[in-house]
Amino acid sequence: MSENLLDVSGLMMRFGGLLAVDNVSLQVKPRQIHSVIGPNGAGKTTVFNCISGFYKPTGGEIRYRGQPIQGMTGHRISLLGLVRTFQHVRLFANMTVIENLLVAQHRHLNTNYFAGLVKTPSYRRRQREAMDRAAHWLQQVDLLEFANREAGNLSYGQQRRLEIARCMVTEPGLLMLDEPAAGLNPKETSELDQLILRLRDEQDISVLLIEHDMGLVMGISDHITVINQGAPLADGTPDQVRQNPDVIKAYLGES
Amino acid sequence: MQRALFPALFAAGVTFLLTCLVIGVRLEQEGPNLTVVGADAETWSWIGFAVIVVFLFQLFQQPLSRLKQRLPSPDVTGLLPDHKLRARLRPWLIALVVVGLFVWPFMVSRGAVDLATLTLIYVMLGLGLNIVVGFAGLLDLGYVAFYAVGAYTYALLSEYYGLSFWVCLPIAGLLAATFGCILGFPVLRLRGDYLAIVTLGFGEIIRILLNNWTNVTGGPNGIGGIEKPSLFGLEFSRRASEGGQTFHEFFGISYNSSHKVIFLYLVAVLLVLLTIYVINRIQRMPIGRAWEALREDEIACRSLGLNPTVIKLSAFTMGASFAGFAGCFFAARQGFISPESFTFIESAIILAIVVLGGMGSQLGVILAAIAMTILPELAREFQEYRMLMFGGVMVLMMLWRPQGLLPMKRPHLELKTS
Repeated sequence: MSENLLDVSGLMMRFGGLLAVDNVSLQVKPRQIHSVIGPNGAGKTTVFNCISGFYKPTGGEIRYRGQPIQGMTGHRISLLGLVRTFQHVRLFANMTVIENLLVAQHRHLNTNYFAGLVKTPSYRRRQREAMDRAAHWLQQVDLLEFANREAGNLSYGQQRRLEIARCMVTEPGLLMLDEPAAGLNPKETSELDQLILRLRDEQDISVLLIEHDMGLVMGISDHITVINQGAPLADGTPDQVRQNPDVIKAYLGES
Repeated sequence: MQRALFPALFAAGVTFLLTCLVIGVRLEQEGPNLTVVGADAETWSWIGFAVIVVFLFQLFQQPLSRLKQRLPSPDVTGLLPDHKLRARLRPWLIALVVVGLFVWPFMVSRGAVDLATLTLIYVMLGLGLNIVVGFAGLLDLGYVAFYAVGAYTYALLSEYYGLSFWVCLPIAGLLAATFGCILGFPVLRLRGDYLAIVTLGFGEIIRILLNNWTNVTGGPNGIGGIEKPSLFGLEFSRRASEGGQTFHEFFGISYNSSHKVIFLYLVAVLLVLLTIYVINRIQRMPIGRAWEALREDEIACRSLGLNPTVIKLSAFTMGASFAGFAGCFFAARQGFISPESFTFIESAIILAIVVLGGMGSQLGVILAAIAMTILPELAREFQEYRMLMFGGVMVLMMLWRPQGLLPMKRPHLELKTS
């Protein structure tokens, strides 16, 4: 049981008369890339919102490293190490790239007012560490040269990468990406899939992924959950899912 | 032109109708009866003139606005020397200003120093509110409540327990901060307009409480005879109180009442410098960045583990504490306070200072505070038109520089590539 990093069982989410998520279960194991796919409006993002604490699920259980987290507020869940991105880029557009990464490290910084006012050595050290970590991740996503630019002036693909870097500086255990490849060109998509693989292999983290780009999903996923109209449709390795007749009918389409 | 004709006629008609009713006719009492009296010929000719002006303005509005667009809007940044020179001159300029602030009261009249002290109080209030409105983006219409808390803290503690100004100053700041925290906790989940309404209500609650809690606060009569600050125990009065010593006796100089005024001014300068330093540091601290991030995207902040409530609360508390310091000093300077000094119009003036200065910009707020306190003094003859000028200035500002005198440019940390 506890070998699962994230354990979602019987998740229900009801908005008035609409049952948006109906009894969804999924297990994310450590160092795994787990994808959630399904047609538009199937409830994938709602599942994400429930896990990350932006919605309070109406039923079911969510455990992260064995600890129940359903109903916690979003910022507490992210402090536990479950960090997400959004379907639409949500950067702090008027701040510089490096500052976007510093805001994300708020809890690592010394936020003691007195220390900040007189710049104690420990305050400076933390600040320097945060800078170094930010620079390290900018290097990883290949944005180092843009460090002092305003985030809003980056190209769309760069903003997507910056968003991932911003999650990574918080040192998460599970990274949740909501359609990270949306709007990227094929070259950027392939760079993204290398980046995600590298995160799994080098950083020892798990990735929970919502994506429509089947090439990306089938290529890098260790495990796939298919959701259709709020209910789980299939679950398995990419090969199993690809051959599942229900999935082909509902989503992949006959070829 | 054809299309503008009808609106122009309409506007002229409305103007005519309104001026006729407002100044064209007058009710006069003759014994028990009221009679309607028409205005004299001169007034009528003025009314006719006004109607024609309105008509012509409406008729030629489009060509006029096109002409206005061709006028260059004032560009303040163009007047300043270039970036590098400015960076080098900056510390010298700051030093010059600080030295000037300490020297000039000895050369000017007592009234001018007094006015400067008042201005400095508004600078402090403006800077404090700037944290809440400018940095954190929370519209607070009841800021004066914290100012009142600070002022009454000193007045009451001094009256009932005989505590000195220097002891009360931190207490006033802390107490105002506590009030900010207590108010902020339940209301900060509200946004924008709702927050503004609740803070407006809070401001009124405090004022009405002070007005009606007669046996403690003295109600509308206020509290008088508040002790003035002392310089390490040296008093600035003509005669020392029991066991005390006066400033002029200690230094063996003759008594001069302007010593006290200058001393109060210097205390205000110190307080303002301290405020500026603290706010400058805070802007560069993680919390300053968090405020800006929260203003831009609250959801993203939550997903990164920043607690929005705590961060907003810190802005609210900090802003309130500066109002508390300002209030404490205000009470010491006036020697008398009453709920009259803490009406909504004060909140409005402080907010106007922040908006005029350019939300979030420190220098802008300081300049605006100076303008807002000194201009009414210079134009004393136009006292009755003060609010009119006030409104006029606001409208002009919003047309010409909606971002304020000096819009905010938060200092960004830079990554130095080795």
